[in-house]
Amino acid sequence: MVSVSAEHIFSVFNMPVTNSMLTAWMVVILLSVVSYFATRKMKIVPTGMQNFFEMAIEELFKIVESVFGNREQTLKYFPFAVTFFFFILTANWMGLLPGFGSIGFYEEGVFVPIFRSATADLNTTLAFAMISVIMIQVAGIMALGVRKYGKKFINFSSPLNFLVGLLELMSEFAKIISFSFRLFGSVFAGEVLLVVISGLVPYIVPLPFLGLELFIGAIQAFVFMLLTVAFIKIATTEMAH
Amino acid sequence: MELKFIGIGLAIGLAAIGAGLGIGKIVAQTIESTGRNPEAQGKLFSMMILGVAFTEALAIFALVLSFMMISK
Repeated sequence: MVSVSAEHIFSVFNMPVTNSMLTAWMVVILLSVVSYFATRKMKIVPTGMQNFFEMAIEELFKIVESVFGNREQTLKYFPFAVTFFFFILTANWMGLLPGFGSIGFYEEGVFVPIFRSATADLNTTLAFAMISVIMIQVAGIMALGVRKYGKKFINFSSPLNFLVGLLELMSEFAKIISFSFRLFGSVFAGEVLLVVISGLVPYIVPLPFLGLELFIGAIQAFVFMLLTVAFIKIATTEMAH
Repeated sequence: MELKFIGIGLAIGLAAIGAGLGIGKIVAQTIESTGRNPEAQGKLFSMMILGVAFTEALAIFALVLSFMMISK
């Protein structure tokens, strides 16, 4: 059985390093290297890697632009949102590589894998959710100003508006929970599913489930990006009434 | 001990029923709208994914809870 929390594997200057942290750093290094090589020799008419990434970015840009409805805001927030997409996508897919969860060592009779999918750890997804929700508030304040944006949450104009404001305030915290648990839940459940299926029938049968996990990994990355964008859009839009 | 497992099964099972009905409804309506107005497909798709994400989140909360219950 896969443990719910990430396992501690070694310490650097008394700072514990867990296996999902290690994988998160691998994702960071991989993305940095890939983006360096993809943009090293930029050409007007792109070929090879530059061509592929331009196509991917362009398609995502179209989707984000259709949510924002204007180009100015899209250019402002697109890099932030799409970074989430690429990071989560790479982390999710990396967790499906052979060796993840199976290479490890025994510590006091308990198996500890060296690699664990970065997003199959609540700490990672909670960090993403916090970054996303804080950025949503910053975007709202930048677009409307502290006074106008704060009015959404603390409003003394009438008892009803005050209650609505409290609900809005609570929904901001609910966003953190729903962002983090959605991503963690689906990736972790996928990992448990694969372990259970491989335990029942080790050959051939797990293949379609691996395909399903590839699909879910992509969808979850897409959903995280799209929700961040949609919430930024809501936060930067002035209240109608 | 056995009662615990019944609780876990109920938690995720009931959540799956609700989320399944909800997602089914969302997707069915999206397909119907696409049939009526095929040009709107791109816009409908991202809206559908948003709706599905919100609905699915409820089932995933129950799933995470049941994992936590099982490992206790």
